[in-house]
This record gives sequence, C-alpha cells and structure tokens, in this order.
Amino acid sequence: MKFIIATFVTALSAYAICLVAPWWCIAISSFVVAYFIHQKSFLAFLSAAIGVGGLWGMLAAVKNMQNNGILSTKVAGLLGAPNATVLIVITIVIGALVAGFAALTASFARPKTA
Amino acid sequence: MIAMRKIPFFLSALCTIGLVFLLNARLVIKGSKTPRMGFFFSPQQGFWANAEALDAQFNADIQSPLLQGKVEVYLDERLVPHVYAEKENDVYFAQGYLHAKFRLWQMEFQTHAAGGRLSEIMGAESGGTNFLNVDKFFRRLGMVYGAENSLKEMEKDTLIKSCADAYTAGVNAYISEMRKSDLPLEYKLLDYQPEPWTNMKTALFLKYMSFDLAGFEEDFEMTNAKQVFTKEQFEILFPYGQDSLDPIMPKGTIFQQAGLVITPPKNADSAYLQFKLPVLVADTTIKPDPLNGSNNWAVAGSKTASGRPILCNDPHLSLNLPSLWFEMQLQTPNFNAYGATFPGSPCVIIGFNEHAAFGFTNAMRDVRDYFEIQFKDTTMQEYWYDSAWTKTTIREEVIKIKGQPDNVEKIAMTVFGPVMYDKNYKDKLGTGKYWACKWLAHEGSNELRTFNKLDHAKTYADYEDAISTFKCPGQNMIFANTNGDIAIRQQGKFPAKWLRQGDFLMDGTSAAYDWQGYIEDSLNITMHNPERGFVSSANQYPYDVKTYPYYLGGGYALERGNFINKQLTAMQGITPKDMQALQNNNYDLFAQWAAPSLLKYIDETKLNEDEKKYVTLLRNWNYYDNADEKGASVFSAWFDSLKVYMYQDELAQSDKPFPSIDRTTLMESLRKDSNYVFADDIRTSQKETIADMVLLAFRKAYPTWEKADKEDKLAWGYYKNASVNHLLKIPALSTKNLYSNGSWSCINAYKTTHGPSWKMVVHLTDGIEAYGIYPGGQSGNVGSQFYDNSVKDWSIGKYYTLHLYTPAQAAAFNNRRGKITFSKS
Repeated sequence: MKFIIATFVTALSAYAICLVAPWWCIAISSFVVAYFIHQKSFLAFLSAAIGVGGLWGMLAAVKNMQNNGILSTKVAGLLGAPNATVLIVITIVIGALVAGFAALTASFARPKTA
Repeated sequence: MIAMRKIPFFLSALCTIGLVFLLNARLVIKGSKTPRMGFFFSPQQGFWANAEALDAQFNADIQSPLLQGKVEVYLDERLVPHVYAEKENDVYFAQGYLHAKFRLWQMEFQTHAAGGRLSEIMGAESGGTNFLNVDKFFRRLGMVYGAENSLKEMEKDTLIKSCADAYTAGVNAYISEMRKSDLPLEYKLLDYQPEPWTNMKTALFLKYMSFDLAGFEEDFEMTNAKQVFTKEQFEILFPYGQDSLDPIMPKGTIFQQAGLVITPPKNADSAYLQFKLPVLVADTTIKPDPLNGSNNWAVAGSKTASGRPILCNDPHLSLNLPSLWFEMQLQTPNFNAYGATFPGSPCVIIGFNEHAAFGFTNAMRDVRDYFEIQFKDTTMQEYWYDSAWTKTTIREEVIKIKGQPDNVEKIAMTVFGPVMYDKNYKDKLGTGKYWACKWLAHEGSNELRTFNKLDHAKTYADYEDAISTFKCPGQNMIFANTNGDIAIRQQGKFPAKWLRQGDFLMDGTSAAYDWQGYIEDSLNITMHNPERGFVSSANQYPYDVKTYPYYLGGGYALERGNFINKQLTAMQGITPKDMQALQNNNYDLFAQWAAPSLLKYIDETKLNEDEKKYVTLLRNWNYYDNADEKGASVFSAWFDSLKVYMYQDELAQSDKPFPSIDRTTLMESLRKDSNYVFADDIRTSQKETIADMVLLAFRKAYPTWEKADKEDKLAWGYYKNASVNHLLKIPALSTKNLYSNGSWSCINAYKTTHGPSWKMVVHLTDGIEAYGIYPGGQSGNVGSQFYDNSVKDWSIGKYYTLHLYTPAQAAAFNNRRGKITFSKS
C-alpha cells in the first residue's frame, strides 16, 4: 500500500512542480516525497521511477496520439531516432532515472527503520 | 539522523546531481550542440508540449490598456485569421499578436539575421556555418544603420508610427502572456528565449527585404572580369540589353529627355572602363539569390469574360518553412483587406480589398556600389576626398557571441557610406584595400506607408498616392480595381547613372564617380489602361535600353516576361481559371530558344546508340518542364554542362571570383554567332568550335543521365529534386523530394528551393472573387498539422478560395479553429 501511495504521490507532485518550476525539480519533489513516505532503498527507487517514468510516458503518449505523431516523426528524424516509440521510451527513462535516484538518496537520509 | 547511511547517501546524491547536470546541459556531438535533453524530453515543457492536438482550438480573450476598442478574430478551417476591429489601430495590435502567436520564432530569427545577431543565439560557429562571419557581413554592409534611418522616417509619419506602435504592442502582449511550454520548438532546440519586439525590429525586417531584392550586384566579380577579358569579349559575356527583349513598357514608348545631365568622369575611359588591368578583389560570398524575381500581370475588362479586370501576382523567393507569408483578413471601419502579410510587419503586403488588388515584382536595378577610399593612416579617421582630408565618424557595431566575449566592428563612415572592407575585415584574398559601400537601402525610407495606403486604396489616384513615396527595394507595382482600371509602374528611387557606372569598383577620392543625382519621378513611367488590355512584369528590363535616357544597370530576366506577353496578347474572354493555368504554365521558352542550338551542333556520327538515345529524348521533348518529362532533364544538364565547358578555360585565367554569366546570354550568342569566340579552348593549340563544346558538354553530362535512367529517376520531377526547407535547413523539419513541375525560365518558376512563394489571382467583381496559395501552412509550429499542410496542394497547382467574410459569416464558420477577442482593459 505504501508503495502505491508513494508512486502516486511522487507522480502527482512531479506533475504539479513542472507546471511552475524547471523540469529538474522533479528530483526535488521526488526526494521530498521519498523522505516523508519512507521505504527501503530499492522500493523507494522503484516507486519514484515508476511514478515519474509512468507519468512522463503517459503524458508523452497521449500528446503523441492527439497529434497523430506529426511532431514525434520530425523530432525522431532530427535526433536520429528510428521512430516515435523510441522517443517515448527515452522520455520514460529520463523521468524514471532522475526521480528514482532522487528518491534513493532520500531513502538513505533516514535510518533503516523508522 | 544518526543512523543516516552516509556513504550510500552521498553516492546516490552524487548520481542524482550528476544526472540532472548532464541532462540539463547542451552536449557537443559532431560539432553541433544537442538540446538540453532533460528539458527537451520533459513532456510538460519540452518538445512534447508542441505536439498540437489535431482538434486544437485557439481561443483566447486578451485585454490590454493599449487597445482602444474591441477586436474579434475568427480562425477559419485553414487557420487563416479574419480580424474585425472597431478602431483602426487595434487591427494592427491583433495582427502583431497573431503573428507572434503563430510565427514568433521566424520573426525573431529573421530580424536577428538582418541585424547581424545570429552569433548571439547560435554561437560563433555551429553545424559548419560561421555565424560570426555572417553577422559581420550584415553589420558592415550597414543593415542596422539603414534600419535606424528608416525607423526615423517611419516614426516621423504619425499614421505609420501609430500603426507600428500598435503592432509592436500586440507582439509584446503575446510574448508577455505566453507560457514557457508554448515556446516554439526552435527556441527549445537552440535553448534561448524571445525578447520584446520593437519598431526597430519591424524596420530591420523590411530592410532585410531590401537586402534580398535590392542587394544583388557583382561589382567585385565584374571588376575581376574586366581584368581578364577585352572590351569586345566583355560586351559579349555581359551585354547591356537583350536581343529578344520585351520590356515592361513596350518598345516604342517615347520618353521625355533626361532632366539630369549625367556625365562620366573625364578619366573614365582610361581609368575606369579599362579592361585587363590588375585590381584586387574582395570576398562577397553572401549574395541574395539572383533569381529573386516574380510575375505579375493584370488584364483589363476588355479581355475578360466578365468584363472586369483580373490581377495576378506570384513573387519568386526562397521557399522556407515556416513560410515568409502569413494569410490574413484585416477589417476596420476604414478598410477591409485580405492577402499575404509579413510576420514582422503590420499591414497586408500583397492582396486586395473590396475595391482593388495590388502586387509586386522586383525591379532588379543595381542600387549598390563600392568606392575605394584612401585613408591618411590605418586609424581611418581621415580620408582624401575632393582634394582635402575629410573626417570620418567611427560606428561601433557590437556583436554578442554566445559563450564568448563580444566582437566589436569599428566601421568608418564616409560620404559614400560605411567602409565595408578594411584592414580588419579583409576579403579572402587579403587585398587590404578600403571599400566604402553606397547602397540605396542605407537611406531612411517609409515602405510601410505604401502598404498601408494600398490596403485602403480604391481609385487609381489612391494607388498613385500610395506608391509615390516608395524608395527601396524598387518594385513593379501593379494595380487593378473594380472601376476597371489596370496599371503598372516601376517605382523606386534609382540613381541616375552613365553607361556602366557602378558595374565595377570605383574611385572614391572625389565626387567624380559618385552618383550625380536620382532619376526624376516623371521617368518612372506608369502604364495605365493601355490599349493592348493588359499590363505585366517579370523582372525584365523596364524600358527599351536603346531609348531610355538613363543607364539601367542590374540583372534582368528575359524569357518569362516575353512568354507572358505573348500569351496575354493572344488571350480573350479570360476567366480566373485561365489565369491560374497561366501561373502554373510550365512552358520553357528558354529551352525552345536554346535546345535547337544543341541539336544543330551535336555531331551524332560521333555518338554510340546508347548516347543517341538522349539526343532523341531532347529532340522529342515538347519544351514543357513537367515533372514527367525526361527531355527537360536532358536539356537542363546538357546546357548547364555546355555553360561550364564553354567558359572554364577563360575563367581559369584568374583564381578570383567571376560574375555569373547569364544562361540567356549564352543562348542568344549561340543563336546568332556560329564562330563564338569562347568556344575555343585557349589552353590547347588547335581551335575548338561550338560543335566540339556541345559534344564535350554532352559527354560530361552523359553519366548523370545514364545513372538517373538506371534508377528510373530521369524524369524532371526527380532530376530537379525540389524541396521546401526549414529556415535552419534541418532536413527533418523540411519537406524534401517534391516531385514537381516548373523551372527557372517557366512562368511557374519553381526551381529546387526557390519559386512562386504566394500565387494570387484576384477577379475584381463586386464582392471580389479571389484565389491564392503559398507553400507552407499558417502555423509556424513544427508540431502542428498546419505547419506544412499546403505544400502538396501548392506543388500540384491547386488554389484556395479567399474570402472577405463579414463578421457574421466568420462567426458561423463550420470548422472554426478558434475565436480570439481583444478588448480595452
């Protein structure tokens, strides 16, 4: 249950903070969420990674669908990526890694058992 | 916190920070910088945010204290805004806002280019382009200087100042309210932010049009050619006038005598028109396209089915995405205009209103010359002029460079203009001479007044008044109205020159070689309702060079104008459909004149069966540059090859740049001169003939045909391989490999990346029947379906119907793309 709550809250706070602050603030929001909803290191990493990676992947996929892939085809060509799916995967990986490591850091900032 | 696990904490903290740092930095890969990847991929802020939904609606309610009343804007199914303003100036506020909303990046990029500021966003060098050199070129040419002078003129005119002020306020209203995620993709790629718009930027944009259209000269190259060729040879290669010339004002037009007595300096024959004498040459590699031309014509009611005039215009310019043009309807209580607008400038530029239509082609006159300055010393503070040392002022042009200290260009200003080339801005040969540039575009001028007045014009008198003040770039301004008037005039401020004045570099130690005055307005002739029932222009000589009292230096086209006049003379009962067909006509008059020479001189006994196949293709060709024609590809490659081999021996006499020799000049020479002097390869002992050159050119072109043929790509549409390129020349953002009709010498002058940038046909009926299209789309957003949606239709010659809708009609649009309202806050 804690895992699911942490995942959900991390995603929500990442979404909210990106409305007003630079993209890398997802590291800060993920750190804060993981600090207060404390989990074991591996679980902390995983829930933040799934939360933000999932959020970013979903947002990208929805935008791409509404746009019928017009932009992603061009950007893929621009970056030398084979197709739009790869762009969505890169989006997920970036969000997941940054949020995951931030949450991992937070998990180490607290004693092993709360 | 006692139990905090320090080592893993610091390690993972380091990882997080390192990751963020890496993903937030621009990395250099293969000489180009990547975007900031974390930012670029973040779906709320990066490129995904530009993925515009197919059913997106553009609704907004804008309030500003700078507005005077209400404005309603309805976007139609092609995203064309129909703007209805209660107060005159508010329409320009809305126009500025809409230009910014849909085209902000290009507006800023183009004015940065004009103002020599690309290094600020691109860095000194990027992707193989030296932006610092480009910036230096524009600064030293005096673009900013010229724009400053024009801004003063614009702002002196209260009508234009308020129009420009409202436009600027509208652009800035959008910039200040936009979210960062709304930034066009190019800003995100290059990682910079837009800055506020100013009237100076509008002036810079209009100056850029002067650069593009009144900035072509080859004075350095011509001076080099003068050293290599004798006078006789030179006159053959670079003749004044053309054999088949059909000028804008027909031959036989009687001109009044010149009001100015223009005399060449006494020493001109010995010092200036001296051929084969060593002179050093400067680097002038940045040149506008010499084929920046256009067609316009208007037929009178006497030639149309309806009895009402029809006006047509298609300006030929570089075809880019986002397009130079943006389509709009602007309505106020005083006027109701529709047409192509320039993002970066208020008003409709080429279009029509309820009473009249108007358009432009380029005048092609040479209004830029260079004078050699003798300075007292390298500080450039004093120069010898009219037997005295004269003081300069030094103009500092500060070029900011991304990631580097500023570069300061110190430019000496003389009586002629800025000293463009000096010890610190050497040409590629390092001559180190000082050349001042005198250019008409340096003068302050108020072009916006003309566009503003044309948008309001009803009568012929309104047209005359609107164009009377236009200085630069000189244009063939065409007009027709619902009263039945048609008219054309080559309008502009033109220096009065003696024969060949300004074709070469000139002496600047006195006023002797300077322009002695300007052609009087009465010799800018207007053709109004002529007997023949039509007026037209296609960048040919405006007047018969044999009878016009002044020298008409410049670079002119021949074939299109000739062909248009033939067609219009023959046509009767014309409809708008006929005019669309004429704009899309692919008949190649140049080929009709030139191909028989190739076929006459080719000795087929020297060819094998495979080779003969291509001669037959040319022989059977109908001279139409249609995409499917193979003969067009054979002709194009063969003639271009002939041009190269005909002159390569002569041009090898100098390693300095030569002016381009006109294909038309070679064609006319081949038609009349069987002992063409340049056929001989001067590097060999025997004497080559035209036939030898034609055969050589054939053999050199053959492998190209053979290869294309094998791949089944010999058809003209493949061979030409046209495209519409993004302004940054990024292939993924461009439309490539367009299989299309047309070529440089057809009315449909679509070459590879250049051609009819806006095709318009206006039938001056009550209520106006109009058609138009440009290759691109209304949105500058790469992620929009409206980014390039008209390219295909344009390339196959389709048109959209253009309507002057009433506000009620616009409010009831079926496929409305949005409603934007503006009001005073």
